[in-house]
Amino acid sequence: MTADVTGDIAPGSWNPKRDRAKMVQIIVKIIFGAFAAISIFTTIGILGTLIFETIAFFQEVSIIRFLTETRWTPLFASKQFGIFVLISATVMIAVISVLVALPLGLLSAVCLSEYATPRVRKILKPILEILAGVPTVVYGYFALLTVTPFLQTFLPNLQGFNALSAGLVLGVMITPLVASLSEDALYSVPRSLKDGAYALGATKRETVVSVILPAAVSGIVSSLILAISRAVGETMIVTLAAGANPTLGFNPFVPVMTMTAFIVQITAGDAPHGTTAYKTLFAVGMTLFLMTFALNIFSFWFVRRFREKYD
Amino acid sequence: MERNISSRPPENAPKAARESNFAVNLNRRYMMDRIFKAAAWGATIISVIILSWLLLTILMDGLGTLNWNFITSFPSRKAERAGIIAALAGTVWLMGLVALFAFPIGVGAGIYLEEFAEDNWFTQFVEINIGNLAGVPSIIYGLLGLAVFVRIMEPITGGRSVLSGSLTISLLILPIVIVATREALRAIPDSLRLAGYALGATRWQVVRSHVLPAALPGILTGMILALSRAIGETASLIAVGAAVFISFLPEGLNSQFTAMPIQIYNWISRPQDEFHYIAASGIIVLMAALLVMNGLAIYLRNRFQQEKL
Repeated sequence: MTADVTGDIAPGSWNPKRDRAKMVQIIVKIIFGAFAAISIFTTIGILGTLIFETIAFFQEVSIIRFLTETRWTPLFASKQFGIFVLISATVMIAVISVLVALPLGLLSAVCLSEYATPRVRKILKPILEILAGVPTVVYGYFALLTVTPFLQTFLPNLQGFNALSAGLVLGVMITPLVASLSEDALYSVPRSLKDGAYALGATKRETVVSVILPAAVSGIVSSLILAISRAVGETMIVTLAAGANPTLGFNPFVPVMTMTAFIVQITAGDAPHGTTAYKTLFAVGMTLFLMTFALNIFSFWFVRRFREKYD
Repeated sequence: MERNISSRPPENAPKAARESNFAVNLNRRYMMDRIFKAAAWGATIISVIILSWLLLTILMDGLGTLNWNFITSFPSRKAERAGIIAALAGTVWLMGLVALFAFPIGVGAGIYLEEFAEDNWFTQFVEINIGNLAGVPSIIYGLLGLAVFVRIMEPITGGRSVLSGSLTISLLILPIVIVATREALRAIPDSLRLAGYALGATRWQVVRSHVLPAALPGILTGMILALSRAIGETASLIAVGAAVFISFLPEGLNSQFTAMPIQIYNWISRPQDEFHYIAASGIIVLMAALLVMNGLAIYLRNRFQQEKL
């Protein structure tokens, strides 16, 4: 570069101020690193508050009572804290939702990846995405005021609040999750496997059922476990449609209370800090957190352990 | 059954096994194929039907009571005079604050993890953390907000305030923003970065003046999608104590507030039918807001894809 090039450029332009640039970079790196660390503080915050209040809870109520009592009446004069009353409702609704979401989601995934033409696929995928994006309070409205009256025309002994419609609508809510994750898994099965099956004279169904699905099983199972975890933690549908009546057992026709519905019931009223009700909140929250955490970890582990590698 | 086709049965195999193994039986197999195909399409169409059913129900229930009065009135004990203005204003406040908190922090964290971080224990720990946080139920975030923002930080946040609510939701959507940012940054070709380094720019200079502008549409798309998750968020807001009956607009960060999903939840849980209709009207307003946000995200995504080399 000759001197006359610099003529119409400010004199400082050729002085890159390297030290300043490096300083700025270090400062930016520290700030952004701190932002990234916020996720760690969030985890610490969640664990800290849950553990702290749960310990306080177990100082008042023994863990044996928590695990063995058969009624859940923390707000009554004769308090009982049988967590399995809430767990049974949560598990029942999650099972119903999975019974809906597994066939619907898996078959939709097969349809999208194997049967639909690219044009139809381009229409169907956004529809599934809309289904995933509907706010849960809207699903709650649908379950309580549309699905329950509709089901009552066939099932006269279905009560106004029940686990059945909550579970069915929850199943619809998690279907897109199962469908899109399973589709990714089906999509990543190499073409050569499919072609091999066709070359042996297998029909399309035989190829899908005995070659593609087994090859993608790790992804499918992990999507299912993530969906279960979502169903366990879902709040608004079950609060609105399943009621707030803690009952032990697995009758889908009567009102029940899930762990999440209990948390909403207590926090929607005013639970003053330090009361047993306030601490119960966090003990239930801890149980819920442990359940979803175990499911998420299991899902990650399953993918790692059983993923078929094709190279 | 199909697996045995390739191997010849031994000479002493039972006659029946030999015959059935080698029978091509095409009619039955094609029949099964048609049933399976019908089931696959059926499952997909059921989802579409349910979505239409849901949308139609809400439109039919809610359009009758959706009018300008409904938009501009405060909640009331009488359904015909109740409106959604307080909830609408609360939601606008929430979304504004959440964008203000989550956008810089999420994008900053994304840039750090994608562009700056070395592959050490800290980075791995953060990544595992973000993955786990995305799977934590929103009601648990609500409990975190209740214990930390509402109680411990009460002198700053004012307790059950719009600030506590927006901080809680910001934490909730942070993993989504971070993941979206990282994906957008990853889509930028390395040649751009290498060219910058070759000219003597520092990492940050390259990111700020080249990588980030190129990735911005993708990042914004992710941010809008995260906000559309946030706008329907109900459970965590109930836990941090969004009030249900508020007849004033939020006046500041420490003001009490309500939000659209909370107001809708409250109306649904009342026994009278009239409140259910206005709940449906509220849902229409909420879904319309969602539609606008998603439309914007799709528009940005399409423009981005066209510009990509």
